[in-house]
Amino acid sequence: MTSFAETGPRTAVTEGIRVDKVNPRARLLKNIRAVVVIILALVGLIPVFAMGITAFKSRADVVAVPPKLLFEPTLEGFVFLLTDRSQLRGTTLAEAQENAEGGEPIGIFDRIALQNGQRINGPSDFILRLRNSLIIAGGSTLLSVTLGLFAAYAFSRFEIPGKDDLLFFILSTRMLPAVVVAVPLFLMYRQLGLHDTHFGMILLYTVFNLSLTVWLLKGFIDEIPREYEEAALVDGYTRLQAFFKIVLPQAATGVAATTVFSFIFAWNEYAFALMLTSNNARTAPPAIATMLGRGGIEWSAIAAGTLAFLIPVIFITFALRKHLLRGVTFGAVRQ
Amino acid sequence: MSNVTLQHVTKRFPGVVALQDVSFAIDDGEFFVLLGPTGAGKTTTLRIIAGLERHDGGTILFDDEPVDDYAPADRDVAFVFQQYSLYPTMSVFDNLAFPLRSPLRRVPVEQIRTRVRDTADKLRITHLLDRKTAHLSGGEMQRVSIGRAIIRDPRVFLMDEPLSNLDAKLREALRVELQHLQKTQASTTLFVTHDQIEALTMADRIAVLDEGCVVQMGTPDDIYDRPTTTFVARLVGTPRINLLDTARENGVLTVKGSSMELRALSQELPASFLLGIRPEDVTPDSEGEFAGRVALIEPLGVETILHVEIGDQTLLSLVPGMTPLRTGENVRFSIVPDRLHYFDNDGHRIQL
Ligand SMILES: Nc1ncnc2c1ncn2[C@@H]1O[C@H](COP(=O)(O)OP(=O)(O)O)[C@@H](O)[C@H]1O
Ligand SMILES: [Mg+2]
Repeated sequence: MTSFAETGPRTAVTEGIRVDKVNPRARLLKNIRAVVVIILALVGLIPVFAMGITAFKSRADVVAVPPKLLFEPTLEGFVFLLTDRSQLRGTTLAEAQENAEGGEPIGIFDRIALQNGQRINGPSDFILRLRNSLIIAGGSTLLSVTLGLFAAYAFSRFEIPGKDDLLFFILSTRMLPAVVVAVPLFLMYRQLGLHDTHFGMILLYTVFNLSLTVWLLKGFIDEIPREYEEAALVDGYTRLQAFFKIVLPQAATGVAATTVFSFIFAWNEYAFALMLTSNNARTAPPAIATMLGRGGIEWSAIAAGTLAFLIPVIFITFALRKHLLRGVTFGAVRQ
Repeated sequence: MSNVTLQHVTKRFPGVVALQDVSFAIDDGEFFVLLGPTGAGKTTTLRIIAGLERHDGGTILFDDEPVDDYAPADRDVAFVFQQYSLYPTMSVFDNLAFPLRSPLRRVPVEQIRTRVRDTADKLRITHLLDRKTAHLSGGEMQRVSIGRAIIRDPRVFLMDEPLSNLDAKLREALRVELQHLQKTQASTTLFVTHDQIEALTMADRIAVLDEGCVVQMGTPDDIYDRPTTTFVARLVGTPRINLLDTARENGVLTVKGSSMELRALSQELPASFLLGIRPEDVTPDSEGEFAGRVALIEPLGVETILHVEIGDQTLLSLVPGMTPLRTGENVRFSIVPDRLHYFDNDGHRIQL
C-alpha cells in the first residue's frame, strides 16, 4: 500500500489547480482517455475521408484495386456533377480535340470533359437540387423552431387543460414509422397540389420537426426561472415583451441546438423527398442517389455531390458549436 | 405612493389553501411587515398584490380602487424577489434602467442615465454599473435588486425576504440602509420576512401570518408585549418565551413539575392554562422569591442566556452583560409579575 503522501501532489494543491495538473497518475489517465477519443474520432471519420479523396480521383483511380491513397487529383468528379454533357463522336470529337491543341482558349472544365470525349452543354441541375435543399431545410427549420419556441413557452409557463396529454400526443407523432403514412401522404399531396412544391416539403418537414423542437425547447425554457419574466412583468412589460427581452436571450443555447438538429433532419431527409418531389422541388439526397442509375456509376461524381452536400451542415454546426456543446450535454449535469 | 388594502383574500392551490380570508390595510408611506414561518403564504400574498397570481376570492384595492383585473405592468408596483431577479444577460446599468425603458413609461435616455447614476450612488454600487450581474456577490446583487425597485416611483414596494440570503453582517447593514431609504422617501412598503428581528426593528406595523391566516396585526410593541396566541409569542423574541403548564387553585398558581408558586393576580384564570414569561423578565436576584439551579450558560457578549432548572422545568433567563454565575450553581431569581402572559390551553391569550 502506498500512502497519499508518496503518490500525492508534490506541490500544495491550491484553489484553481486541478488534480490532474499535479497528480501524475491522474494525468496519465487523462492522456489515455484523450488517445481513445481521438482513435474513435478517426475511425468515425474514415468514410468521410474515403469520400473526400474519391471526389478528386479519376475514373480509373476510383475503381483501382487495391484502393489508391496516392493519386493525381482531378476535378473530373465535379465536372460530372455540375455540368450537363453530351458525347462527341468521330469527326466532331477529332475537330474539338484539334481546336483545343491548336491553342483555342477553353476552361478547365471543358478540357476535362474533352479528355473523356464529351462537350459541356450547360450546368447540371444538381445546383438547383442544392438550392432546393437549402430553401426547404432552411424554411422548415425556421418555421419549426419559431413555432416550437412559442409552443414550448406556453407549455412551460401556462396552465393548459390536458397539458400532459397534449405533450404526449406531440411526442407520439415521432413513434410512427414514416413509411406508414407515405402512401396516404402521397395521395393527399397530389390532391392538394402540394406534390413537388417547396411549400409542401417545408410544411412536411416542419410537422416532422415540431415534436422535436417543442420537447427540446421546453426542456431549456423549464430551466429558466420564472422570476426573471415576472420581474419584467412587474417592471412594466407585457408578457410578449418579457419573452423577447428576457426569456429569448437566455434560451439562445437551446434555440441554437434545436436549430442544428432540425436543420440536419430536413437536410438529410431522403424517403419523402424521393416520393413527394420529382423535378421542381427535388432536393439533393434523392438527386445524388439517382445519379447511380444514369449510364454507369460515377463514383467520383457521387462523392463530389456528397461532399458539397456536407458543407452547409459543417458550416452551421461549426458556427453554433459553442452553443451546441452545452445543448447536447444539457440535462446531463444537475446543478 | 398609495395605500393598499386586502379584503378577504383567499387563494387555493391544488391540495393547499395558501391564503384564508386575509385582510389588512397598509397606509400611505407605511412600512408594513408580513411575518410568518416558511409556507405561511407570504410570497403568495405579495404575488397576488403584484398581479402575478390570481386570487380565488376577495379584493385588492390601491387607493380604494380595485385592481383585481389589472395586469402586473399596470399596477405599477416594484417587486424585490427573494432570488433570481436580476436579468443575467444584462449589465448592472441595464438592469437598473430596465424598468425605465418600459414602453409604458417612455423616459428620455438622458433622464434614464441620471436616474441610474443617482440610484447607484444611493446604494453605493456606482463602481459595478458596467459589470454583468453574474459576477456580483450576493450582497451586491440584492443591492441592485433594491435599486431596480427604487429607481422609479411605484405605488408600493413589495419585498420578499430580500435579506434572507445574505450573511449576518451584510443583512444588518442592508437592513439599516433599507430602513433609512424607506423613511427618507416615505414609500409605502410591504416587507415580507420570517425573521422576527427584521420585523420588530423595521416595521411600523406587523401582520403575523400562519398557514394562510392573519393571526395578529399591530405595532411591534403590540406583537411583542401582547401576543394574542402562543404561536405569536413563540415567533417573536429570542431567546424564546418560557411557556409553562400552570394550574390555579384559589389564589395560587402552581407551575406543573416544579415548586414554583405565584400569587394569582386575577380570579378569572381557568384552572389550567399556559403561563408565558419572557426571558428578560426572569432576573437572578439574591433576594429572589424562587430557587433553581443553573443548567447551562450561553454568553453572547452583550447579554447572557441562563438556563435555570426548577424541578422538571427549565426557564430561560436573559441578563445583560456577562454573569458571575457558574453552571451547576444554585441561584435565586425573581419574576416581574405584571409582565406575565396567560394563554388558555388552545393557545389563545387570556386578557385580564
Ligand atoms: N404555485 C404553487 N402551486 C402549488 N402550491 C403552491 C404554489 N405556490 C405556493 N404554494 C403553496 O402555498 C403555501 C404558501 O406558500 P408561500 O406563499 O410560498 O409561503 P412563504 O412565502 O410564506 O414561505 C405553501 O404551502 C406552498 O406549498
Ligand atoms: Mg416565500
